[in-house]
Amino acid sequence: MLNSASPAIAQHASPSATQPLLTLDGVSKSFPGVRALSEVALDLYPGTVTALVGENGAGKSTLVKILTGIYQPDEGTITLAGEPVSFSTAYDAARAGITAIHQETVLFDELSVAENIYLGHAPRGPFGLIDWKRMNKDAAALLRRVGADIDPEARLRGLGIASKHLVAIARALSVEARIVIMDEPTAALSHKEINELYELVERLKAEGKAILFISHKFDEIFRIADRYTVFRDGECVGAGLIADTSHDELVHLMVGRSVDKIFPKTEAEIGEKVFTVSGYSHPTEFADIGFELRRGEILGFYGLVGAGRSELMQALFGITRPSRGAVRIDGEVAVIRSPAEAIRRGIVYVPEERGSQGAIAGLPIFQNVTLPSLGKTTRAGFLKLAEEFRLAREYTSRLELRAAALDRDIATLSGGNQQKVVIAKWLATKPKVIILDEPTKGIDIGSKAAVHEFMSELASEGLSIIMVSSEIPEVLGMADRVIVMREGRIVGEFAREGLDAETLVRAAAGIDKVQS
Amino acid sequence: MSDTTARAIPDRLESRWTTWLKSWEMLLVGVVVFVFAVNAYASPYFLNAWNLSDATFNFTEKAMIAMAMALLIIAGEIDLSVAAIIALASTLMGLALQYGAGTPELVMIGLGVGLLCGAFNGLLVTGLGLPSIVVTIGTMSLFRGIAYIILGDKAFTGYPVDFAFFGQGYVWWVISFELVLFLFIALIFGVLLHATYFGRMVYAIGNNATGALFSGIRVARVKFILFLLTGLMSGVAAVCLTSRLGSTRPSIAFAWELEVVTMVVLGGVSILGGSGSIPGVVLAALIMGLVTFGFGLANVPGIVMSIFIGMLLIGVIAAPIVWRRLRGESAN
Repeated sequence: MLNSASPAIAQHASPSATQPLLTLDGVSKSFPGVRALSEVALDLYPGTVTALVGENGAGKSTLVKILTGIYQPDEGTITLAGEPVSFSTAYDAARAGITAIHQETVLFDELSVAENIYLGHAPRGPFGLIDWKRMNKDAAALLRRVGADIDPEARLRGLGIASKHLVAIARALSVEARIVIMDEPTAALSHKEINELYELVERLKAEGKAILFISHKFDEIFRIADRYTVFRDGECVGAGLIADTSHDELVHLMVGRSVDKIFPKTEAEIGEKVFTVSGYSHPTEFADIGFELRRGEILGFYGLVGAGRSELMQALFGITRPSRGAVRIDGEVAVIRSPAEAIRRGIVYVPEERGSQGAIAGLPIFQNVTLPSLGKTTRAGFLKLAEEFRLAREYTSRLELRAAALDRDIATLSGGNQQKVVIAKWLATKPKVIILDEPTKGIDIGSKAAVHEFMSELASEGLSIIMVSSEIPEVLGMADRVIVMREGRIVGEFAREGLDAETLVRAAAGIDKVQS
Repeated sequence: MSDTTARAIPDRLESRWTTWLKSWEMLLVGVVVFVFAVNAYASPYFLNAWNLSDATFNFTEKAMIAMAMALLIIAGEIDLSVAAIIALASTLMGLALQYGAGTPELVMIGLGVGLLCGAFNGLLVTGLGLPSIVVTIGTMSLFRGIAYIILGDKAFTGYPVDFAFFGQGYVWWVISFELVLFLFIALIFGVLLHATYFGRMVYAIGNNATGALFSGIRVARVKFILFLLTGLMSGVAAVCLTSRLGSTRPSIAFAWELEVVTMVVLGGVSILGGSGSIPGVVLAALIMGLVTFGFGLANVPGIVMSIFIGMLLIGVIAAPIVWRRLRGESAN
């Protein structure tokens, strides 16, 4: 199986999809010092969803950039509907009917929804002026097609994250695309919105579009993809029909080894109360939050996007102020007005937004690690570099960081390794309570396992962990106790024993009355 | 097959010595030598200890401000009111002189006005969350405007004899007090930026202010201190310049803010914040001083100098961006 690099499969389930619409053959791409893609092959069939899986750094992004004309391959051929093509600009790729919906979509807050959709290719009237009436009408039709109930004339600023995502999808569909690339489209979406996205994918399939679907979530891949292609270290290591494969096989292909346990929470001794929150409220984001956390415990916070979980955690960390409520640490009332104070009290927060809030790109790895602990590695305000390197080495090696050197810019690392540095940075402060907000969002499966294993290890050493997560398997696998939030309130609290995915989803969506 | 065992990660890939040799600062050292050589070749008057000593006055006052400005720009902010602070500080010193202030009072007033102006800028930026470029363009007009109201088209003169030491005195032979003061200030700021906790916070804020806040750094407080320091250095420069000229006119130090910013950027500080070094800015100050002096010896008119500064500013801001783009394209 490892050697079956050719994705050409004789038989196929769907009769409409016997001839590939797009074929990549022997495509390679090198950057100074790195061979990002090495003779990869990929076939996309009309009316078919092909999942592209691989760890971060496997070459998926490079491939997307080649398909959308941002990079040009060093060698290899691209064939579109039987014709050899080459895209020298993004515009060429768009004109050939290839469109991509990216992980972090670039939209314009101050423009209207319709303007966002048609920016760059708005319908024109006389004298080349924009035909606003037609643009708004067409935009409304597109929005209906993606199942979004959004006014095309509304300003984008006022929309929620999920709605913005749907606008991005509508934008992608506004150019008559034959090939749609979706790069982790569900990363920012809640459970309900994900289901709507799946329906949309089904509709696109029915319209005969070839879809390349990039995702880290296996349940998702098995739910909507028809075919798969696996990349590892810039090479194509397997391809075929989803129906013929299994989770285990894909994982094995991706990492080149089998990962038997992705969520290895081990039993830890749960000790005395460390952290108590009561009557905690914010004017707009959350109300009446009360919970307690014990030594060695992992407390999961589950909920839909917008349930107020991150906002709650950021208030506990001193970034925003609560309007009411109290926090006790080891029984003592603590008033936390700033992150600096939270850190001193032993509470740390690993934010969800790794790029903007967690990692400080531009600073070397070791300086990222020591930043909140500089009090310990300085004497009278003067830096002690040797001490900093020692501290950075101690904590990054515990997380099995992979990097060229500790004085390299953190931005040179992959997402998973950046997250390891961010976690190392907080552990170096020797906290009592660590809040992890979506700790494995968008990181590859190998790093994910390392982060999970490490969380267990920390809990067994007596650290208390709050884990905000929207991934149900992660919550079920890792948390000793799970609190579910909806619209800024706690709507349920569950022990790990006998907890299932359905209970969580129902509580988060408010489908049933929940007994806690 | 991928290697799954964690390898030991080295601290550094190359020695600090090698990193330094490849740095922008090393390039500046080359430029200094080049400009020096050209000047020595072009003018017979250049290689004279007293002439060279005079040349340092072309940059010492501006460079004092540039030290603080470098930290401010690295932290992602800017202060365009520095020259106006000099004008206001100098004017208030002259006003105090009319009421009989002596040298110690004059110095206190100069430094005090600098600090107050810096605090005002800092409060507007960190307290109200306004962009510093807008705030300091505003205070630039405000501070100099006050100086014009007080002075009109007159000038304050008649500073005490012992006050002249700050701008005209020599510590030893051709070594002026200003030069020694500047080197001392450069040393303090160099240590502050490169060897202390505070300096690390400045870099962290400049690279990612939100990330710095989430790492427990009191971002607003650090920025406020940087505005204070910039104001203070403008006050120091005001004392030196007033002492050197022996008089105050409201147009004193006009448009110096551009030369200070040019010095900082030429010194390798990214105008977008996050990187740069004090040795680089010191070298840039030296280069600008030598070029100005060379132009003077060659009888180049002042307006040409101003054109040169303008082109230099655009050039040094564009150079790293163009360089990165060229490298990016060669990768494709």
